[in-house]
Amino acid sequence: MSEKIREHVRALFASGRTKGFLGLREENGHIMPHLFCSDQELNHLSLGDHVKSGDARYPLNQLLIQLAMKYPEETFAVLVRGCDERGLKELFKWKQLRAEKVIPVGLGCPDELARACECEKPFPDSLVDGPRGKKADSLKVACIDGLGLEGRLAFWMAEFDRCIKCFGCRNVCPMCFCNQCSLAEEGLVGTGEVPPANPTFHLARAVHMVGRCIDCGLCEEACPADIPLRTLYKKVTDIVSEEFGYRTGYTATEKSPFHIIEG
Amino acid sequence: VEFKTVLTTCPYCGCGCGILLEVLDGQLVGALPAKTAPVNEGKLCVKGWTVHEFVMSPRRLAKPLVRKDGTLRESSWEEALNLAAARLREIKEREGPDSIAMFASAKCTNEENYLLQKFCRVAIGTNNIDHCARL
Repeated sequence: MSEKIREHVRALFASGRTKGFLGLREENGHIMPHLFCSDQELNHLSLGDHVKSGDARYPLNQLLIQLAMKYPEETFAVLVRGCDERGLKELFKWKQLRAEKVIPVGLGCPDELARACECEKPFPDSLVDGPRGKKADSLKVACIDGLGLEGRLAFWMAEFDRCIKCFGCRNVCPMCFCNQCSLAEEGLVGTGEVPPANPTFHLARAVHMVGRCIDCGLCEEACPADIPLRTLYKKVTDIVSEEFGYRTGYTATEKSPFHIIEG
Repeated sequence: VEFKTVLTTCPYCGCGCGILLEVLDGQLVGALPAKTAPVNEGKLCVKGWTVHEFVMSPRRLAKPLVRKDGTLRESSWEEALNLAAARLREIKEREGPDSIAMFASAKCTNEENYLLQKFCRVAIGTNNIDHCARL
């Protein structure tokens, strides 16, 4: 499947439009992020499928921000799935990346992965390879909504109770780019203590996902306590969509409700 | 521009989680949990997530220090090792070998830990050897 992507990136290198392609490299049975700079290196290209489809995805946009900070005048190409592309659109609006310095190389997700993710749009507009899949049904949020107010509170309190405060959800998040993090604010959540304040810690993070979460699911995959964080942030996204009519990462210009500072 | 991630094993405890170190132009800039590592499957604890910070820390101890007149001062390895050996011998002779105990470390290799228990039992002459996690 990666042959089309490989050819596409080779053509980008040949055109001189970019010096580097941020993607995934397979080596000795492991898959890891890598900045490809030559045709030869592309022999090790991976699309993030290890045992299952898309089970070795990484926050490439987060790494791209690091590259762009050190090399603001360079243009980089980056491997994007539907979620990653939504992320790019938001990161452009939040001025963390410049659209003219990023070349997205799109990969569509198979139905199996789209269903597991309950993905709204499992393909990027910049599709180079992979299917232009259809929206998958959202079942998990509806399931928890069905528990009623008290049932929901009990459910989430029990889930959050397992948190070991590893900060993995925040650290892996490609949309977490604040210099100062609320989760490290003494006045908001107790610092230096384990376990974290329940539910303050997780609700503080959930609120900060408004207009940011692009539903990549990396947080949930990184959680050692198996807290269904993705479902939590999907609910946040649903509320933002219903109350403000804003869908995160779907347009290049419309700003999120938390983005608008002027009256 | 050179950016790569390097697979390694977390040095903190004995679990052996797979970590990807982010290297930008030869500088260590971050760490990610390895999704393909069978031990941790893309997850880490707070220590693993921040493992890159101590490598470049200016507070990292890079040379031996010996306390003289109440303050720690840089010394040569020879001086520091001689002092440690002399004091251990002195304590062993005065108070007996069981007055000394040693803690091995999960940050060391099996071979290093084997050597430490051997040193403890044979050179010092006590079975007071334990693991750092018991502290």
